[in-house]
Amino acid sequence: MDKNNQAQHLKREILVRTIEAFFSDNFEENTRLIAYDMRPQGCEVPYRCCIHKERDVIQHRIIANLGLSMEEIDERKLLSDYARKAKERTELEKDVLTVLETACQACVPSRMFVTDLCQGCVARPCVESCKFGAISIQNGRSVIDGSKCKNCTKCMQVCPYHAIVKIVVPCEDACPVGAIAKDQSGHATIDFDKCITCGKCVAACPFGAIHEKSQIIDILNRIKEGKKVIAMIAPSVAGQLPCSIYQLNTALLQCGFNEVVEVAQGADITALNEAEEFKERMQNGDKFMTTSCCAGYNNLIAQHLPEIKPFASDTKTPLYYTAELCRKENPDAITVFVSPCVAKRRECLDNPNIDYLLSYEEMGALFIAKKIEVSTLEPTPFKTEASREGRNFGILGGVAKSVEVADQGQSEIKPYIINGLNKQTIRELRNYAKKGECEMGNLIEVMCCEGGCVGGNCCVNNAKTATKTITDFTKDSKPLK
Amino acid sequence: MSKIQVKICMGTTCFVMGASNLQELIELIPEKYSDSVEVCGVPCLGLCSETKKYSGAPYVKVNDEVVAEATTEKVLKQIERILKNGQE
Repeated sequence: MDKNNQAQHLKREILVRTIEAFFSDNFEENTRLIAYDMRPQGCEVPYRCCIHKERDVIQHRIIANLGLSMEEIDERKLLSDYARKAKERTELEKDVLTVLETACQACVPSRMFVTDLCQGCVARPCVESCKFGAISIQNGRSVIDGSKCKNCTKCMQVCPYHAIVKIVVPCEDACPVGAIAKDQSGHATIDFDKCITCGKCVAACPFGAIHEKSQIIDILNRIKEGKKVIAMIAPSVAGQLPCSIYQLNTALLQCGFNEVVEVAQGADITALNEAEEFKERMQNGDKFMTTSCCAGYNNLIAQHLPEIKPFASDTKTPLYYTAELCRKENPDAITVFVSPCVAKRRECLDNPNIDYLLSYEEMGALFIAKKIEVSTLEPTPFKTEASREGRNFGILGGVAKSVEVADQGQSEIKPYIINGLNKQTIRELRNYAKKGECEMGNLIEVMCCEGGCVGGNCCVNNAKTATKTITDFTKDSKPLK
Repeated sequence: MSKIQVKICMGTTCFVMGASNLQELIELIPEKYSDSVEVCGVPCLGLCSETKKYSGAPYVKVNDEVVAEATTEKVLKQIERILKNGQE
């Protein structure tokens, strides 16, 4: 499914309106009114069964924008009460995702299904191919016994009429670790002990029923309070908007951030350390090493793939080093990571040097609410300029390349890229861990999102164009070594 | 016959609301209609500046007609319509 679809459009519009409400003279009341402004009395009902459900779903999206869990909401309360709660909050809630049950379609459970196209043919390859004896012919048609069927899709593959389909539940299908399942009512629920917060379900649900818990209100509050707030922008941000990274710097300063720092600066440190680590590991006889900057992958290791831990680099993430630098220089400042993905939300919650996370989508919505036209802004240089390699961290292959450059030909590096975590690539990684070697290469760059960070689920631009923009921009940046 | 002019708004609002995907038109249109249609990304067309007009973004102008909540398909359809009816 395309990232810029109508569900996404709706999500972004509500985000802009929430931010506008924050800047208005009455945040609580104007937040409550958003759903009524968007779906006024008598208006067309574009998506749901009636106007009331439309408004309800909008309100629940706002609750997620306010950083609250739908799971803990008392529906008898007014939305304005929750807006106040968000505004007065000083601590963040733990889990980073929430399921909007009202928005969730409770779609039919995943299973194999025989459609009307079934001709009840003589050959009956479906019956023959089923290893589990789940298919029989009844009244001249194939019938699948759900209690025996294992969803292997063999019957689907062999049917000459393409009469058998697999019904998928998009969120379940997208989840690489089986953390999302239906509850008794058929609605999606997330098992946070399993969830690696990769955000693939957020992007996959056609109803937009899974939402990140935003921290935008907290960030805007700290700015409003006059605190010194530093934005740490991820390298992939350079390809997100129709402007240069220096104009983006200006735009963020106009939003009230006191300083903008490139996380690519930290990426430079990661690259140098990782190259050093790689050399040592190879000298010690290791057959391969995986990179360590992807938060989704790091969560995967911790929760599901401990066997690959000995092969994963111990070097810290670019964000870690950047946040450490920021805290050291400005111990009292609030630090905000500007992020391409959901997975980094967990890293930010776990790292005391990082206070908040602003996603690219939220940043875009903030610019809309502030009426900032990025392409017309004057550029502002950064205090410290990062290297080409650090700035390329967000594009596929960029991390491995930077380690190669940092290594300067000392080790024999053969890079291999895991382009996106899914059930298959996780199996692949598990296999390398088991064998203790990887025939594809010795430096494995693991990217949770397809296309690298530019393919992150909070990205505004598509990965292809973003990659090109970043490559064009970094051509003229200084080399790492 | 003058060429049909397609202007894709590349303002911040349009871009964030989905124009990033319309960039494919910049490659697609010349391939399909190189003789009759000209396409380019342009700075903010100013269509979003009224109150809450960002909900209609992204905007694309095909000649003088505005396509709101534009998608690649919508824009191509509009081009086809003008081509069929002949240029005014």
